[in-house]
Amino acid sequence: MSRFTPKVITANRLREGDVVYFTADDRWTPFHHEAEFLEDEAHAQLRLLDAAAQKLVIVGAYLADAKAGANGPEPTHFREAFRTRGPSNYNHGKQADHAL
Amino acid sequence: MYSYSDFDEAFVRARVAQFTDQVERRLDGSLTEDEFRPLRLMNGLYLQLHAYMLRVAIPYGTISPRQMRQLALIADTWDKGYGHFTTRQNIQFNWPKLPDVPAILTALADVEMHAIQTSGNCVRNVTADHFAGAAADEIEDPRPYAELLRQWSTDHPEFQFLPRKFKIAITGAPNDRAVTKAHDIGLRMVKNAAGEVGFEVIVGGGLGRTPMVGMVVRDFLPVEDLLPYVEAVLSVYNVLGRRDNKYKARIKITLHETGKAEITRMVEERFAELKPLFGGNDQKLLADIREAFALPAFRDAPTAAYDAFYKADPVFRAWADTNLAQHRNDQYAIVTVSIKAHGQTPGDATSDQMRLLADLAETYGHADLRISHEQNVILPHVHKSDLPAVHAALVKAGLGTANVGLISDIIACPGMDYCALATARAIPVAQEIATRFNDLKLEHDIGPLKIKISGCINACGHHHVGHIGILGLDRAGVENYQITLGGDGSEDATIGEKTGPGFAYDQVVPAIERIVLAYLDLRQSPEETFLQAYRRVGVGPFKTALYEAGERDAA
Ligand code: SF4
Repeated sequence: MSRFTPKVITANRLREGDVVYFTADDRWTPFHHEAEFLEDEAHAQLRLLDAAAQKLVIVGAYLADAKAGANGPEPTHFREAFRTRGPSNYNHGKQADHAL
Repeated sequence: MYSYSDFDEAFVRARVAQFTDQVERRLDGSLTEDEFRPLRLMNGLYLQLHAYMLRVAIPYGTISPRQMRQLALIADTWDKGYGHFTTRQNIQFNWPKLPDVPAILTALADVEMHAIQTSGNCVRNVTADHFAGAAADEIEDPRPYAELLRQWSTDHPEFQFLPRKFKIAITGAPNDRAVTKAHDIGLRMVKNAAGEVGFEVIVGGGLGRTPMVGMVVRDFLPVEDLLPYVEAVLSVYNVLGRRDNKYKARIKITLHETGKAEITRMVEERFAELKPLFGGNDQKLLADIREAFALPAFRDAPTAAYDAFYKADPVFRAWADTNLAQHRNDQYAIVTVSIKAHGQTPGDATSDQMRLLADLAETYGHADLRISHEQNVILPHVHKSDLPAVHAALVKAGLGTANVGLISDIIACPGMDYCALATARAIPVAQEIATRFNDLKLEHDIGPLKIKISGCINACGHHHVGHIGILGLDRAGVENYQITLGGDGSEDATIGEKTGPGFAYDQVVPAIERIVLAYLDLRQSPEETFLQAYRRVGVGPFKTALYEAGERDAA
């Protein structure tokens, strides 16, 4: 059996479509590093049920691979990295909405 | 141009009302996402990577100035001030919010537009030659037939749940600008020995995972048999097409599994049953539709000013050489407005650009606009004496790029900058190739060359039929680009050949450059195009340039 790799839960907001992440206190944040870092498979599955239950807030919750970083979880796959920012051809999406 | 009938109007309004209600019920929780998803897809609303996306049909690529202005208004009011024209003659809005979608659909209905059948396993937007009704090489304007097909297929009760989506393309000219051989049904207008007009019917073309050039199932179909014959093809497919495996569900697979002879026999049999049932009503309808596509009242005026300007102004001349096509009326030209300024996103037009195009169409273009599958905008009827004024206005709006048919006139699908299905990005690759060759100042020297890029195996960017095709893949968590050469989307449709191992994101532009420099080296004369040279020498020299250049440098 393959070993469980750490995850975060991510989805899109129902109304706006924005990419969001599920926090340890059941909120949805636009910031990947604020997501709950899930290292245990059973716990991750339970949290996914909690997340998916928020049917009026989000759409399509799923577990995405992540790794521990200095400020919290970081994406490991380029698709998830793009989802933290927005498209590369315009300064649109989260990179513009939440410019740090 | 064609105006909606009362039926269309009532149907579209009813669908908007229905979807408005469905959105409300999703937002208040009475509908789950599982229940809502198929409903929103039936109305062209997708959930993409960063946001929702609304796909709006532009039937056979024909759009009026009034409609274009409405698209601009939608872009400004509910989106981020631009729209993306696609290879299926649709426009996509990348940032609508769910609660706003009913208002957008109402705004579309106000100008006889909608997003119905832009998704799902039904007959999609019927696409056509973007020069239809204007091209010098045309037998007849194919759009009345496209409109007939649109009306027939809209909400057709038998064909809402086909095994898979179904795409029809039509052209009235021998030079195929509508990629008819890569569609589920391709209709190519031809004349028989008696000089009568009919269609060559091509079935089972398609790109995607299993690219195939369509097969001719009928050499000559009299035009009056069009609807019963197309219905016969669909009805045979509806029965035989596989519903157990999404990857084997397109008609191209049905055709290969059943065999051309057997399918043709079944289609002809069904056609014989269906033909009497139409009872001539379709022909009455066609006659009415035809009137709506009557030629505009062409102006008769001198064109000397154009000739003088052409001689005097090199910038205008370069643009005229690449962006104009021959019109059926000698005093006129077909203008292709490039939506591919170097470094910009292929197919994206801002709301200001849309309004300018609408104005130009009204002032100089008999109020007609087209969207091409190559993601450009066409002014199909411009009197030559007006071309200098049109060009000047386009240049001012950043739309004067003289690159149609050249290396920077790239088709690129949204790829992983927007599309949830993507395996890699496509847009920035297109941007970088265009920028690089602009810097090299080689574009006009290279001549006709079509690069097409898809961000996944679904091939919305038509990479298989690009002279150079680029397919973005995910190889072990890294973007990787596979290159194909020698593809062709014209009447000589050919699927491109893979060169070998793919290239990393930062290696793909240098790889394209090696291919192009190899071509410049080996062509027999500047007149020998890339595709001609490729056909003469084969893939060998290009493979050498691609994969052995490093070793040669090291040696
Ligand atoms: S080819 Fe793939 S990535 Fe590109 S638009 Fe189509 S589905 Fe999306």
